Amino acid sequence: MTETATLTIWRGKDAAQGRWESYSVPFEPGQSVLDGLRWIRVNRDPTLAIRFSCINANACKECMVEIDGETTYACTARLRAGEMKLAPLSNKKLLRHLVTEIAPPAERFA
Amino acid sequence: MPQAPMHATTDVLVIGSGGAGMYAAIEATRGGAQVLLADRSLIGRGGATVMAQMTVAVALGAETPDHWTHHYNDTIAAGRGLTDPALARLLCEQGPDCIRAMDEWGVGWARKDDHITQAIAPGHDRPRCVYVDFLNTGPAVSKTLRTVVNKIGAIRRVGDLCVVDLLRNGDDVIGAIAMHLGSGAPVVIHAKATVIATGGLTRLYRRNSASANMGGDGYALALRAGASLIDMEFVQFFPIGHLAPRLIGMDPIMWDPFRYKLGGRLINNRGEEFTQRYGVIEDGKYVVTRDVGAYAIMKEVEAGRGSPHGGVYLSFQHVPADKLRAAFGPVIDRLTANGIDLTETPIEVAPIAHYHMGGIAVDTTMSTGLPGLYACGEAVGGANGANRLSGNAITEALVFGREAGRSASAHAAKLATAPDGGDNAQAVLDLIAADTPTRDINTAELLQSLQATMQDDVGPLRSDEKLARAIAKIDDLTGALGDLPPGGIGGFDMRRLDWLDLRNMLLVGRVVAQAAHARTETRGAQNREDFPQTSPEWAVNQFVSWRDDKITLTRKARQTPVAAAS
Repeated sequence: MTETATLTIWRGKDAAQGRWESYSVPFEPGQSVLDGLRWIRVNRDPTLAIRFSCINANACKECMVEIDGETTYACTARLRAGEMKLAPLSNKKLLRHLVTEIAPPAERFA
Repeated sequence: MPQAPMHATTDVLVIGSGGAGMYAAIEATRGGAQVLLADRSLIGRGGATVMAQMTVAVALGAETPDHWTHHYNDTIAAGRGLTDPALARLLCEQGPDCIRAMDEWGVGWARKDDHITQAIAPGHDRPRCVYVDFLNTGPAVSKTLRTVVNKIGAIRRVGDLCVVDLLRNGDDVIGAIAMHLGSGAPVVIHAKATVIATGGLTRLYRRNSASANMGGDGYALALRAGASLIDMEFVQFFPIGHLAPRLIGMDPIMWDPFRYKLGGRLINNRGEEFTQRYGVIEDGKYVVTRDVGAYAIMKEVEAGRGSPHGGVYLSFQHVPADKLRAAFGPVIDRLTANGIDLTETPIEVAPIAHYHMGGIAVDTTMSTGLPGLYACGEAVGGANGANRLSGNAITEALVFGREAGRSASAHAAKLATAPDGGDNAQAVLDLIAADTPTRDINTAELLQSLQATMQDDVGPLRSDEKLARAIAKIDDLTGALGDLPPGGIGGFDMRRLDWLDLRNMLLVGRVVAQAAHARTETRGAQNREDFPQTSPEWAVNQFVSWRDDKITLTRKARQTPVAAAS
């Protein structure tokens, strides 16, 4: 019983310049938004920038994004049929697409 | 226009900030060294340590009388004849000291009646495994070490650094060149001593239980610098990784603690327990070791007795709800949120790549033999032979990390001046500076393809046919990868990152496949369907070296370790 989510994702190198792009993502109920983002990278566009480390355990805390305006983890948010709007964290410096500067200031090289 | 390289100089460079890397950094500063602690992800949050959910094996004797020699004997027995006795001894003998240090730093080992609780785990002769409730061992260990690291001014912490290659002067290792992920700029790090603490290679497999940054990069860095690897064919598959129904926000190895505490029943699609068919009678207790468990499940699936998603069932339906709640507290609610009621339905489990017994060959000072290069934690091979005893990974991380930190700071103290230059510096900088925005390859697809090959053909059940097919596939993928990274030179260019990862993963995958192909026997984690017996002739370790793109395997007999007197 595959369903389809439409992930509309901000693609830019900063908050001003960029565009929204939509991807149709097939999924089985129960799958996470991060599952969907990883599917897009393999099957639609490998250039889509996301960051995560632990994949499923919600241990690394790297996959935090804004989904429909709410700050949450892509690994614990579930895919659902219909449109979901994904934006980078608005209170962090944008690096590319959904990736923001999340390292504590004391742990950055530059 | 290539970006100008950034520079850093330090006494000790530690690559990787899991348990081993953080302990190494702490210990190196005790020897007076300035340390640069670098990680591919965030400091102290990636890697395998943070994912560990339950047990840490150590002969504390808090629960029942124990001695490190008993732990050592169990470690040797689990390793199926290939364990390095000196490394195993170091792990078991020094373990209690590191576990007590962690206790003093406030990790919060579970306690009962004023003593640290120790649980029994498969392969141990007595209760020996400490833990932090609930399913919190790894996060607590990471957080505790992070807190200690953060208080030490002599440690400079730098996340988002992807190390591309070690820096060499002749045989000496004098630091590393990394790519700064945020900007894409190269970073040249000169260090008097370098410690590889990058963990294992589970990302090479489609089904894995570790972080996405565990792509075997440390093995590739060491090989290309001229160090040797050992036992690379022995990949541990954790037998009961979660398979279905889809569960989010929890690590797939989460069922292990449930089994430690409650037993649980492993059953096939006919409702039969089956481990007795493979020589182990469970009878409500969790006694099947990892190598036997993974093999038994794969064989049940192969015989058509598997679950719908290709595993077997793990059932706690016989355990009353109040007992489940007492053992697992809030975890029960997280399961409910995922639609899982253990009293009603079994879940499906299947083997999942979990840990690498093989790794960089070191002596008991954690020296690789190359001046200035040390390694520790899962990145090191030898201490666990052909099959790791449950609970030994975190102990290994802490003990070996401490040892590597000591050795690296002592080496650094002997050098009057910081190193400079590097024979291979320009070649590595050229690689990072390659600007090829129009090169059109789907790196994410290549990566997935490698993971499928490793899982299906270099996984828990191996044969000549499968391994030869895997090696040919890795050749194809290596050709498709090409000599230069795709994408531009900016920050977080994902194809460029995938490319750098694949450069390491394909080399390491090839090493694992070739070592597995050469070993024509079944032992520990290596199951050869075409050679089902353990052969006395194969009581040897295979060492791997690399030169001019050629992998060489050499065999050395392992002296049968003598059980220590207790």
